[in-house]
Amino acid sequence: MSVNQHLLNVIDLKTRFYTPEGTVYAVNGVSFNVAHGETLAVVGESGCGKSVTMMSILRLIPTPPGKIVSGQVLFNNEDLLKLSEEKMEHVRGKEIAMIFQDPMTSLNPVLSVGRQLTETLRTHTHMDAAQARTRAAELLQWVGIPQAGNRLGDFPHQFSGGMRQRVMIAIALACTPDLLIADEPTTALDVTIQAQIIDLVKHLKQEMGMAIIWITHDLGVVAGMADRVIVMYAGFIVEQADVYALFDGALHPYTLALMEALPRADRRRAQKLKTIRGAPPSLLMEPRGCPFAPRCEFVHERCIQENPTLLEQAPRHLAACWVNVLTGELRP
Amino acid sequence: MARYIIRRLLQAIPLLFIISLVLFVIMQKVGDPIATMGGRSVTRAADRERLTRQLGLDKPIYLQYIYWLAGNDWALTDMNGDGTPETYGTRHGVLRGDFGTSLVKVGKPVIEVIWERLPNTLLLMVTSEIVIILGALIVGVYSALRQYSLLDNIMTGVSFVGYSMPIFFIALSSIYIFSVNFKRWGLPYLPTVGMFDPKVGQTAGQVILHMILPVFSIAFISFAAYSRYIRSTMLEVLGQDYIRTARAKGLPKREITFIHALKNAALPIVTVVGLDLPLLLGGAVVTERIFAWPGMGRLFLDHVERGDTPVVMGILMLIAVAVVAFQILTDVVYAWLDPRIRYS
Amino acid sequence: MNPSSNTIPQFIVEEVEPPPLPLSQLTWRRFVRHKMAIFGLIVLSMLVFYSFGGGFFVSEAYANKTNTSLRLDAPVAAHPFGTDTVGRDILARTMYGGQISILIGLTAASVEVLLGILIGAIAGYYGGWIDNILMRFTEAMLNIPQILLLIIMAKFFSSNVPNIQLLGRTYSGSVVVIILIIGLTSWPYLARIVRAEFLSIKEREFILAARATGTPTWEIIFKHILPNCIAPIVVSATLGVANAISLEAYISFLGMGVRAPTATWGNMLEGAYNYIETAYWLWFFPGILIVLIVLSINFLGDGLRDALDPRSRTA
Repeated sequence: MSVNQHLLNVIDLKTRFYTPEGTVYAVNGVSFNVAHGETLAVVGESGCGKSVTMMSILRLIPTPPGKIVSGQVLFNNEDLLKLSEEKMEHVRGKEIAMIFQDPMTSLNPVLSVGRQLTETLRTHTHMDAAQARTRAAELLQWVGIPQAGNRLGDFPHQFSGGMRQRVMIAIALACTPDLLIADEPTTALDVTIQAQIIDLVKHLKQEMGMAIIWITHDLGVVAGMADRVIVMYAGFIVEQADVYALFDGALHPYTLALMEALPRADRRRAQKLKTIRGAPPSLLMEPRGCPFAPRCEFVHERCIQENPTLLEQAPRHLAACWVNVLTGELRP
Repeated sequence: MARYIIRRLLQAIPLLFIISLVLFVIMQKVGDPIATMGGRSVTRAADRERLTRQLGLDKPIYLQYIYWLAGNDWALTDMNGDGTPETYGTRHGVLRGDFGTSLVKVGKPVIEVIWERLPNTLLLMVTSEIVIILGALIVGVYSALRQYSLLDNIMTGVSFVGYSMPIFFIALSSIYIFSVNFKRWGLPYLPTVGMFDPKVGQTAGQVILHMILPVFSIAFISFAAYSRYIRSTMLEVLGQDYIRTARAKGLPKREITFIHALKNAALPIVTVVGLDLPLLLGGAVVTERIFAWPGMGRLFLDHVERGDTPVVMGILMLIAVAVVAFQILTDVVYAWLDPRIRYS
Repeated sequence: MNPSSNTIPQFIVEEVEPPPLPLSQLTWRRFVRHKMAIFGLIVLSMLVFYSFGGGFFVSEAYANKTNTSLRLDAPVAAHPFGTDTVGRDILARTMYGGQISILIGLTAASVEVLLGILIGAIAGYYGGWIDNILMRFTEAMLNIPQILLLIIMAKFFSSNVPNIQLLGRTYSGSVVVIILIIGLTSWPYLARIVRAEFLSIKEREFILAARATGTPTWEIIFKHILPNCIAPIVVSATLGVANAISLEAYISFLGMGVRAPTATWGNMLEGAYNYIETAYWLWFFPGILIVLIVLSINFLGDGLRDALDPRSRTA
């Protein structure tokens, strides 16, 4: 696919935070793309930079102390990083929407749910108050909130957790964005509610056809939702593949370890759960060599010296590793 | 909601009783009302005794308190001071709104005495409070938005200084600069004494002119503390998740600051303002002394010095009631403003 | 009123792992970072040195020496701060006045802390009707502006308190009076804080364990619970000193505070009001000293609060 046809093309994005403790290297040269209508999952543990990447795309990083140091974010071929703040406000909520992890705190407690819906509509479209209210009720109904019309005047605390997340989704999709970024939207919810929300999003996607970037640390969700997956670690992308290819044969030691660590129903009960030894590196140090090297079971000398680049190791399957995990030997 | 208010009122009543009792007991030992009242004519022991009996000061404290509270028109008192109670008293008691009569301004009902001065204090205080709140909002919100900018740092420094300054220092300094030195330099200078110039009369213009320096002094100190508080509240609110959501929605900055953020910040601010307001009634003592403003603070000072228990008790109870009332009012307003409490 | 110094956005807090430090080091580093607190400490030390050290260079007799021919002289080399209404050197008086003001501040704050801890601890630990009564009383006191209470109590005690002879110097008995009444009217603020701490700490498991093993009550209160709420007490005590100095100044300014012959920065301001047009030095120098000491203590207290606050994650 040529570059022009991607909805979103992130090229070598670097974001850092300048704090009294030192510089935090949160995102270190991340590149990926999202096609129209595609669902991309972003997997990684807490602190790997997945949230910061997304916030950088929308330029929501607080600029002291953060800074997008370099890179390009091409959305419909326009570099978002070069837009004025005013133009960015047009993009946010209208062309790219984002939902967050905790619906409890992500909704403003002193404004009614109806208000939080209509303000999006009125900011980005030419609707008047009455039209916006009608549309807001429709949206609530659409995401599955019963008696939607009566609930516009209610406040977030009067909804349950799952309902609040539905409201967030309604707000996000109100202006039919081309891209929805979902930052762990189900992590804070009960398992049964999780399944409901995921179903809802899949259903809405079918109707609207928007692209989705779904951030999660739950591989199960990835399996159920994604077309493609990228795996992040310490601010780098370490693997990128179609979802089936990833689950069939991951090529990066970290991904392998993640999958190994999943408790599985078919494993023998007596076996200990596998963990990844060690801890993620401190982001306060400028990265040198492969960030996963200290914890990797395939580590070689070259890994400590040189940070592997993300290379295509198989058709549409990229991994940043010097080692062939199937053989355990350095690649040529 | 109504039940909540009633419950708070019921809780407040015993509190007010305790306050009044404590104050009454203390006031008994303060000053010598006989000397105050009688002036030179009460040097003879017999006269003193007579006056003491007439005022009911020979009765035990608890009885005096009861009379103060519930009046003595249902009890036989010794009106002519001869040692035997024979007539019913004339006081109705605080519970029926009678605070007695002043011992200094003999015979004048306490309420009248206070009423003469209360509006002056209110004028000063309400004006100051409005200036403080408006100023602090502007500065506090701006500082929060432009955190660590030059203006923010300057304001933080000024706040600290203002907060630490005793009011007489700022009052004296402002008098010195804006009155004494302005006069010396031939500039139009601000008046520093009283509410108006007796030669011109009590016009609105005069009063406003005379209010400038006292209001400035009062406002300078509180403004410092308030703007810091508003700044920190706004900062806390601006760091919340729902502000992140609002930004992600592409809402214009102004809407985010003033509707999403300020509405949330308003809640603790309302609490602080509400609880602070009634304390202004008493806190003006020093300011009123310096600027010779005829208000309740000066009244209090004068009448404590001369041991005028009824008036002092009247002022104190007024303040206590105001404080308690405002506490309840603040709670109610807060509950009304916060949807989490109002609809639960 | 603690401004939040959180520069790092919430979602990245997890990503930054500061190197683990022992708690004392963490506290010290945060404190040092708080430059204003250091500034406050320096200024405070200077003022203490000025007041107490100055006493070595200037005798008290000199400070009290009146010389009506020199009255109301503007600052000159011989009298850098000028002279007051009876010809006394103001510089010398501010030194000795400073000693008393600081002394009053420290002792009044001690009284406040003692009472506040006692009442707060008892109310918080025992709960029930004891708590109820104590809290009603505390609330009652809080509902009346402190300065009004001070005025009343100053009058209450004003008659005929004798002078005190201590360490070869004469102090007006009113000093003790002022210390007492400031302490007696300031404790409610601390009591409330202490009570709140006790209420929450006493439910913790280590307290239940102590009770289960039969530890006597006073030991639980003083050796187990109290050390855990030291931080707010320290901050409150520090700010209490500033508050006490401030209040002494207010009440002396009104003429109801410390009496002659003892000088304080506050009562030096008492007569100055009448001479505002002619002799600014009467109120300016004592006044600015008061501002400086209150300011520096406030800076210090703010720094302590930041340093001792365990809720702040970063060093």
